[in-house]
Amino acid sequence: MLELRGITKRFPGVVADDHVDFDLQRGEVHALLGENGAGKSTLMNILYGLYKPDEGEIRIGGKPVSFGSAKDAIEQGIGMVHQHFMLIPVMTVAENIVLAQEPTHAGVLLDFDAARERVRHLSETFSFAIDPDSRVERISVGQQQRVEILKALYRRADILILDEPTAVLTPQEAQELFGILRTLVREGMSVIFITHKLNEVLELADRITVLRRGKRIDTIPRAGATEQGLARMMVGRDVLLRLEKKAGQPGDPLLEVRHLHVEDDRHLPAVRDVSFEVRGGEIVGIAGVEGNGQTELVEAITGLRHPKSGEVVVAGRTISHGTARRMLDAGVGHIPEDRQRRGLVLEFSIAENIALHDYCYPPDSRYGWLFPGRLVQRARELIREFDVRGGGPQTRAAALSGGNQQKLVAAREVARDPKVLVAAQPTRGLDVGAIEFLHQRLVEERDEGRAILLISLELDEVLSLSDRILVIFEGQIVAEHASGATEEEIGVEMLGGRREAVA
Amino acid sequence: MTEPVAPGSAPEPAAPPETVAARLAFFQQAGGLIVPLITAVLAFLIAGVIVAATGHNPITAYWDIAKGAGLNWFGHLSTDTGTTSAYNFTQTLLGTTTLILTGLAVAFAFRCGLFNIGGQGQYLVGLIVANWVGVTMVHLTRPAHVLIGVALATLAGAIWAGIAGFLKATVGAHEVITTIMLNWIATYIGAYAFGQGGPLQGSQPSAPISGTVVPSARIPYFWGDATLGGLHVGFFAALVALVIFWAVLNRTTLGYEVRAVGFNPDAAAYGGISVRKNYIRAMAISGAFAGLAGGMDMLGQFAPIGFGTLDVYGSSIGFLGIAVALLGRNTAVGTGLAALLFGGLLYGTTHGLSSNVIDPQLTGNLTSIIQGLVVLFVGADVLILYIWNARRKLARRVAPSP
Repeated sequence: MLELRGITKRFPGVVADDHVDFDLQRGEVHALLGENGAGKSTLMNILYGLYKPDEGEIRIGGKPVSFGSAKDAIEQGIGMVHQHFMLIPVMTVAENIVLAQEPTHAGVLLDFDAARERVRHLSETFSFAIDPDSRVERISVGQQQRVEILKALYRRADILILDEPTAVLTPQEAQELFGILRTLVREGMSVIFITHKLNEVLELADRITVLRRGKRIDTIPRAGATEQGLARMMVGRDVLLRLEKKAGQPGDPLLEVRHLHVEDDRHLPAVRDVSFEVRGGEIVGIAGVEGNGQTELVEAITGLRHPKSGEVVVAGRTISHGTARRMLDAGVGHIPEDRQRRGLVLEFSIAENIALHDYCYPPDSRYGWLFPGRLVQRARELIREFDVRGGGPQTRAAALSGGNQQKLVAAREVARDPKVLVAAQPTRGLDVGAIEFLHQRLVEERDEGRAILLISLELDEVLSLSDRILVIFEGQIVAEHASGATEEEIGVEMLGGRREAVA
Repeated sequence: MTEPVAPGSAPEPAAPPETVAARLAFFQQAGGLIVPLITAVLAFLIAGVIVAATGHNPITAYWDIAKGAGLNWFGHLSTDTGTTSAYNFTQTLLGTTTLILTGLAVAFAFRCGLFNIGGQGQYLVGLIVANWVGVTMVHLTRPAHVLIGVALATLAGAIWAGIAGFLKATVGAHEVITTIMLNWIATYIGAYAFGQGGPLQGSQPSAPISGTVVPSARIPYFWGDATLGGLHVGFFAALVALVIFWAVLNRTTLGYEVRAVGFNPDAAAYGGISVRKNYIRAMAISGAFAGLAGGMDMLGQFAPIGFGTLDVYGSSIGFLGIAVALLGRNTAVGTGLAALLFGGLLYGTTHGLSSNVIDPQLTGNLTSIIQGLVVLFVGADVLILYIWNARRKLARRVAPSP
């Protein structure tokens, strides 16, 4: 029903999509698989009318179409759920869904009852279990995603594009989403599912198209596809999917957190009475759904936020009123969850970014006088050691790809030889190759004897890397596991399921 | 985009820059020298249209402005300020001296992500303090008297701007608001101090004008006559300030902190840099530049004649510094060149034009018009980049590059 032929899109200096063919049949889930920068999103943005292709054509039902904007695509029955939801938090579900296509009385007055009724009808048809009258800010992320899907259905979409839909979901929510998608497909809709997660592809997709560096590598049916095979197609070489590591050899506790209470920006308690320790040579993973206090916990440990009470002890030294500078000097390294907002000054060169913590100490500077030549020298060494690609010491950090930006951050933090390394979502948004590199590096650093605190929303990541796992829910540690816990068990705890039993 | 692109890296469409500082940073990198040039040319073209609309020839008008600014001095080089062109040129450079410093006052804060609208107030407090030193501390001898006057003026400017920085760092009061308010406070302090019955009023009780600065506090002239006016050694101080500005920003840890905070306060804090401290310090340094400008003006060109209440109300050289910094892209070289341009315009439009080449109503206002257009176009940076890119695309289509 939908065909893309020979789609080519060039950006200055790079061909994002190079003569890509893609087709979608009625009632199928077609996964679009590829690393970051493989051209998946560009291709879908072309299909959704956000970019114009330089070459190639789009056919719907055999007829060539041309989209000037997303509006044209919507009229042709294409709906897209972006990675970042485009909802207005203070409005209700129904209001969000009918936005820009509101039913009216006599063409002027809004007909909210009709809107609500149509939303309720849609929601019931596909068993979405959503109350049209709740405000969007009060419903969970998973439900917000369903609102986005409903929005597309309301606009009579029969082709639904989902851009990395599970990135923000817990395993349970992801399963629910898959259930919804299966229902939609049964009703005759077609789904394009963009992802770089192999297990999801194998679970959900009917057919799989793999892109690599803007080229379509192949389109294959799910039957017979394997994770290893898909990973090889994505990356172009064999990839180590399951991290192989020896058991850790924990030494002395290097990071101790005692009865920590932290408030969020609105002065509401975000971290409540959290205590734990991380020993040298040990990776402790914190599993949890986004927004359960992880950000505040990390900020308190790294001195970026003042805890309300409690203490942080680094290598036996209690650091009270810890500022970021004091924590750095005490030997805490930090790979922040948002490398672009926090981890890097994007306008700075690679060399300047590497100096971000140590610019005020020799050899980078002396008596307040900076030595740019030494910054460049050190950057050159680290770029080589950490295999940062895409530029030299003078290249602006903004010009690097996400994976290389993250390698740059990791290089800086590890090169300071920290006792404690706090890694917050170190592989968020990275592709298979970069994830492999960072995971191996974290294990190497653990084997060097550092204490590593890993905070991640990806349960897979926590499970495969950690020697011990803590589960955080609503700002409290609700469970602790030695490595070897199952995904289901932890998934339930992440949603507060066993809270009473533990507390 | 000449940087090598990493294999497999897709160009993420540049997110629209959000803060003023981020927009500015974007502008700096994207534009280089081209964008400020287009900005200036566009401003002159549109101002030319306005001149034409009043029934005069813009080319003649601009040529007369150039002559009024003393640019024809280069045709017959002479150090004798008796010749009109040489005298005009000294006055252009005198204006440039002040504009370099008030421009740097805006530029330095900008590099820290702060918009210092308060150059005018900082300039005035510097000027007031310098007048007080120049009139009262009569027992001092020449180099010491001048240096103390200039130093205290600089300090006053730093404190004045530091107040805004302090308020920003402690209670989050926006520096645009506070510096504007501090401008008015400085203005009325000046009007009061120099006005009738004010503490710094001169010897004539009926004239609301400050006292004249005693000779020992006057900045020496190196070109032209001190009483008739010429160019004093403060010009070199301004040039040194440009070098200091560049060196501090690019070669010191202080400058590193300023730039980090200016580009991304979150990342700077993560790097262990105190954002609050930098807000206060950057504002103080900014204010020091403007205070120095006020001090040198008072002990230089205004020393023999004094500075009156009406001068306080009429002065806008601190505001012009905003246009200088914006046009100069907050760099040392850019600020120097933009100050020269506006210095020439300022003197050329007020002294070079006769009514047959330009509408008399337009003479002095032409500088303001061009100034306004420059600020406007800096706000429309994306537009100018768009025009420039469209032009390049067109050129590529006509002659494909190898």
